[in-house]
Amino acid sequence: MQALSSIGVAGLIGFAIYGALIWAPTEKTMGFLQRIFYFHAASGEVMILAFCAAFIGNVGYLWRRKLEWDWLATAGVEVGLIFNTISLVTGPIWAKPAWGIWWDWSDARLTSTFVLWILYIGYVVLRRLIENPERRAVVSSVFGVFAFLDVPLVYFSIWWWRTQHPPPLITKPGGLAPDMLKVFFFTMGALTALMAILIRQRYKLEVVRHTVAEMQIEAEYRNDGGGL
Amino acid sequence: MKQSAQSVGLTRATANVFTKELRVEFRSFEILTSTIIFALIVVFVFSFAFNPSAADSRRFGAGFIWIALLFASSLMLQPSFTRERTNDTIAALVLAPIDPFAIIAGKLFANFFFLVLVEVILLPAFSVLYNVPLLGIIGPLAGVMLLGTFGIATVGTVFAAISSQARMRELLLPLLLLPALVPLLIASTGATMGLLSDTHELPIAWLAVMACFDVMFFTAAWLFGGYLLEE
Repeated sequence: MQALSSIGVAGLIGFAIYGALIWAPTEKTMGFLQRIFYFHAASGEVMILAFCAAFIGNVGYLWRRKLEWDWLATAGVEVGLIFNTISLVTGPIWAKPAWGIWWDWSDARLTSTFVLWILYIGYVVLRRLIENPERRAVVSSVFGVFAFLDVPLVYFSIWWWRTQHPPPLITKPGGLAPDMLKVFFFTMGALTALMAILIRQRYKLEVVRHTVAEMQIEAEYRNDGGGL
Repeated sequence: MKQSAQSVGLTRATANVFTKELRVEFRSFEILTSTIIFALIVVFVFSFAFNPSAADSRRFGAGFIWIALLFASSLMLQPSFTRERTNDTIAALVLAPIDPFAIIAGKLFANFFFLVLVEVILLPAFSVLYNVPLLGIIGPLAGVMLLGTFGIATVGTVFAAISSQARMRELLLPLLLLPALVPLLIASTGATMGLLSDTHELPIAWLAVMACFDVMFFTAAWLFGGYLLEE
């Protein structure tokens, strides 16, 4: 089942790459480079989904006190960071031909994506510096909630200056050509499926780590003669 | 958070923790002196690095002030919990029959008070060194400073409680705190910049962002901060 779903997702990603690079029509003004848009925008959306999953995990842990919620949160953050990185790297590559510059600090989406990236890197670093699983879960959950709440504020405070990010024209008439729209939604679906299976795998890794840690404690207990 | 354990009211418990923090600090003045000196050093260093003219100072001064404060607070907020851990007094505080949020809130208000004291020294020094007259705008400037400082103290105190539980806590706090304060830095710099400009106008939009930040994170601290003190 696991192998099947992995092959399925790999196939979806393959089709998405084909759609974005070959099948979709070339954009008139930006040319071939516009094709990076399909993966750039889609990873931005998928990143938000993954961080939402992490937020649910954080609140869920503080509410229910079951480590499973914490595993969901850490899986969501780490997978979200992958898509965050993809959108941060592809953004400037696209910005250069579209805006004429690699980076623009006054653009709300670009800059807030960057702040988001630093915040969640902080989350990952924080988790590595706390050994006790319960302590780590509580502390990183509170931090995760604060980081998530910060996102809209970061976005609006940067947006208040001025912004030159292309507004979301996707579904309005005169926005994307129908074929482009198809490719965009297909890419988004493929990346969402990829996100789901990455989160599942990362979650399972956490389960295995937890089991190993428990077995180690038990083995030490037996070695100390505690079983007698 | 057992209901039966909360025999002392939240306000009184917060006030008690607040006075305790002040008493501890005013015995040694350890944190205040080093923070004030640090903030002044940052302001000095800016003048060497940028060599600003009077016009530059009015334009970039707001940024100097807030960056100096941000760096100083990431230094100052650390001891509010690590000091308790080295002496193991945090256990005693947590065992007290009070709402755990009172501990966070007491420390938060104490940190807010300390940061305001730092500003009382920093702002006149800035005004003299950079040739930026502040007396005419003292009222609105005080409002901006208080709103911004409260935001720093709120997130900073919670994050100090977070980082005090990890290894390498001294490195960790600025790493977590500075990106989280980005919206506050933008808003408070924007508001201060408006005040320092020739027209001395106070941008209400930035004040609204700061107030939003303060209310949002104080509520989050109230809802979730207590969890950080469970032993």
